[in-house]
Amino acid sequence: MAEVIVITSGKGGVGKTTTTANLGAGLAMNGQRVLLIDTDIGLRNLDVVLGLENRIVYDLVDVVEGTCRARQAMIKDKRYNSLYLLPAAQTRDKTAVSPEQMNKLCCDIDSEFDYILIDCPAGIEQGFKNAISAAKRAIVVTTPEVSAVRDADRIIGLLEANDLKNPKLLINRLRIDMVKRGDMMTIDDIVDILAVELIGVVPDDEKIVVSTNRGEPVVADKRSSSGQAYGNVTKRIMGEDIPLLDLDEQDSFFNKLKRIFGLKVT
Amino acid sequence: MLFDELFKIFSRSKSTKDVARDRLKLVLVHDRAGVSPQFLDKVKNEIIKVISDYMDIDKRELDIQLTSTKNDSGDGVVPALVANIPIRKVKNIKQFDKIPNANAKEKIKSG
Repeated sequence: MAEVIVITSGKGGVGKTTTTANLGAGLAMNGQRVLLIDTDIGLRNLDVVLGLENRIVYDLVDVVEGTCRARQAMIKDKRYNSLYLLPAAQTRDKTAVSPEQMNKLCCDIDSEFDYILIDCPAGIEQGFKNAISAAKRAIVVTTPEVSAVRDADRIIGLLEANDLKNPKLLINRLRIDMVKRGDMMTIDDIVDILAVELIGVVPDDEKIVVSTNRGEPVVADKRSSSGQAYGNVTKRIMGEDIPLLDLDEQDSFFNKLKRIFGLKVT
Repeated sequence: MLFDELFKIFSRSKSTKDVARDRLKLVLVHDRAGVSPQFLDKVKNEIIKVISDYMDIDKRELDIQLTSTKNDSGDGVVPALVANIPIRKVKNIKQFDKIPNANAKEKIKSG
């Protein structure tokens, strides 16, 4: 039976889709059978982040409306054999799917996968309700900014009200140099405010943009700090006890590089 | 300790992340409790009304706000109503001390 996990945040642009793509690829790299469902109907993006935009024939709405079978709409990933994507429809809106339909869909394909990751749209309306309806676990993505943390708090409240207890927190785009200057909230500040368990911290990394440009999840790049961080989150999802990435060490490495090139070290 | 707090508030050296954290904490208390400023105003006026029966208070300096505090087991945060009410004078305290039902009588009188 598949474990259904929703990736949500409330606020847009904090990295839900990037996180879904990377965790999916990470789980597949660990031999898990993974299905990613994009529920952002009308604003689909998981397909381009994964580089599968040219292979879409059917979508989520086609499946729930019975135009095709779920299997026909699933796109097999280019790199990982056990990773599949069920894309959202682009020409419809969130009302094209109901929470009951999402629930039924996940029950139907439950036995074929180890993990089903659901990429939730921003907001707390219909799209959010659809995305969380079938989920048993939730990962809340936030960035170290007041707006994102505030929305994360609201989402955590809504998840708990919908019987999704103990959501896990993923802090994205942390900049250790800014944290050191006292210009960005620390991991502890955010965890303390939201009072939920942390599942990982992903540093702000240019490699994310570069890999998204190519349509390849950064998790495959073990030299990148963000790739390592996503790799660690993947293992934690699978139940392994992995310590947090030492971002401090990486910072000093970059600072060393900066010193070599005579740049100002912050 | 109060001086420390004042110093923190007025010093320019407070880092922006502390500003962010403190603002966030305050806004979340209101978000979580679903409390509007109007609601808080109503609570404030009721409190003034009750306390005024017993004490002469400085209404302009009165400060009531919702904040958060650690719960009894120390593993969570609960909202707390914190009121700072400067007292000018306590009214006829002896009367309340000696006669058990003075409270009720006083109310009847003033009502």
